[in-house]
Amino acid sequence: MKNNKTAQGILLNTIVIVVLFALFQALTAAFGGAGSFKLVLVPSLWQCCYLILLAASLNLVLGFLGQLSLGHCGFMAIGAYTAALLSLACERAGVFTDKSGAVYILIIFACILAAGLLAAVTGLLVGIPALRLKGDYLAIITLGFGMIIVNVINNLPFCGQDGLAQGSAAASLYKTGLGFGSKAKVTYLWIALLVTVLCVTLMFMFVRSKYGRAIRAIRDDEIAASASGINVSSYKVLTFTYSAFFAGVAGALYACATSSLSTASFAFTNAGILNSTFVVVMVVLGGMGSLTGSIVAAVIMFFVNYQIANGSWVAALPPFLNGVFKYPMLVYAVVLIVVIIFRPRGIFGTYEFSLINLAGDIRRARVRRAEAKAERKEAKAHA
Amino acid sequence: MLEIKDLNVFYGAIHALKGISLTVEEGELVSLIGANGAGKTTTLHAISGLIPSAPGSVVSLDGADLRKTPANKIISMGLAHVPEGRHVFARMTVEENLRMGAYILRDQKQIASGLELVYTHFPRLKERRRQLAGTLSGGEQQMLATGRALMTEPKILLMDEPSMGLSPLLVKEIFAIIETLHKSGITILLVEQNAKMALAVADRAYVLETGKISMSGSAKELAEDDRVRKAYLGA
Repeated sequence: MKNNKTAQGILLNTIVIVVLFALFQALTAAFGGAGSFKLVLVPSLWQCCYLILLAASLNLVLGFLGQLSLGHCGFMAIGAYTAALLSLACERAGVFTDKSGAVYILIIFACILAAGLLAAVTGLLVGIPALRLKGDYLAIITLGFGMIIVNVINNLPFCGQDGLAQGSAAASLYKTGLGFGSKAKVTYLWIALLVTVLCVTLMFMFVRSKYGRAIRAIRDDEIAASASGINVSSYKVLTFTYSAFFAGVAGALYACATSSLSTASFAFTNAGILNSTFVVVMVVLGGMGSLTGSIVAAVIMFFVNYQIANGSWVAALPPFLNGVFKYPMLVYAVVLIVVIIFRPRGIFGTYEFSLINLAGDIRRARVRRAEAKAERKEAKAHA
Repeated sequence: MLEIKDLNVFYGAIHALKGISLTVEEGELVSLIGANGAGKTTTLHAISGLIPSAPGSVVSLDGADLRKTPANKIISMGLAHVPEGRHVFARMTVEENLRMGAYILRDQKQIASGLELVYTHFPRLKERRRQLAGTLSGGEQQMLATGRALMTEPKILLMDEPSMGLSPLLVKEIFAIIETLHKSGITILLVEQNAKMALAVADRAYVLETGKISMSGSAKELAEDDRVRKAYLGA
């Protein structure tokens, strides 16, 4: 009975995803060449894709495992540079010459996978010593890692401005082998969508598995978890590594979406969208312990960020307000404070969206709301 | 069954346990009583490997050396620990909590029989099995923590202050449950501040004072001992 429902759920999800995907491809074919579709919507979708992966993967550590990690963008940087340099090496070696065809697509996927794997290995190496620490100390050490990784990349002999040139170390990498232009972004948008759907599915499977239950137990009570036979430290490292993998994949997507990489964009001092604290804001806003929440919050925060950077309404504001938006981090800090005061659980709490349970969830929510209303009425009558 | 010899534990420079020796035989209910800070919880934590004990200490269960076993493997050797202060997984349901107790088991049949065992001892948990553990009352959380430890049908159960923070009525109820568990053949090592109740249910008892065992004997003898009566029973 239960297995039956799982199978139905998988079938339903697959059908919906395939239909949406086909619809989207049709839209792309119809409007692919048009200006705002190509120049605004598609790049936005690319950004949303890697932000979703970034937020959801951090939620595994922050929401499900309950450990505060502030260096998530470090893993993303590793992923981005891995993908960029690997693709550049392939281009120089002549594996692909023009940016199209089956070989090129294969290289893209190989780069994405390699980015995830190298980030995961780094996650493992950082996680083994770091996860012995708790709370603030773990936050400090991961914060330090985020800064260190940027400096390491800056000083690698083969990460120079021209990519693989020896000894030309610099903060920026002007070529990235992948680096899609606006037309290629439309053509290969399906890769970003496919990778995102696949990764989110893998994360959902993880949190619903026996491992997911174990890490939630660790979050609630480490002593009791250990007494129940859970190897607390190895589960922590496992989750950290798993999460780093998806941050690496997000980095690879970032490398695809931008034609040049700069370590400054992953740095902690960066006021833009790729900042480890910004990712924490997304997770808290969406709800710690809800992947659905992370996905929605990533899109919302992207929109906020986009509006602050590009919205014409900002310029129309009076000057004293206008100035605030020159410092977007200030805005995000306010968002975080407001969320923590008024809705500490985040938008979704720990609720997970599921197509097959949707009808039941809505019904239950309605019943709850009716009950709350009746209670309020009664309280009023008493008063 | 459980044998502890010369157990020493240090917290940095502080010598918390100064060479404790005690035994628990099969089927016995042994109480370890003592005041705040005497080292009762430390003893249990050292036994179940949650904190390291100094070299030279002996902790063995049926001849197997527990000091060489990592904390998360000890449960599969038949020793279950009910931590102090009702450590339940607050954001998981009652039944999920119990299933976590059987985390090391793979056999679904064994898990089902563990659940049945727990539900017969604690019918109230069955009524609330879909409720989040954090929303249970203090007494129910203590039942849940105990039930979770019973899921693997352990050889010996270590209980840390089950009466902590409970009303007198609930304390009685919890101790009645401990007696039932004992009568059903489970070996129990019970750590308690409530010396009166602990001595009433136990076969034997040890008194722990600032890291040392100061007295031991049958629970009845100790309950009548003048020093124990003055120091712990308030008579």
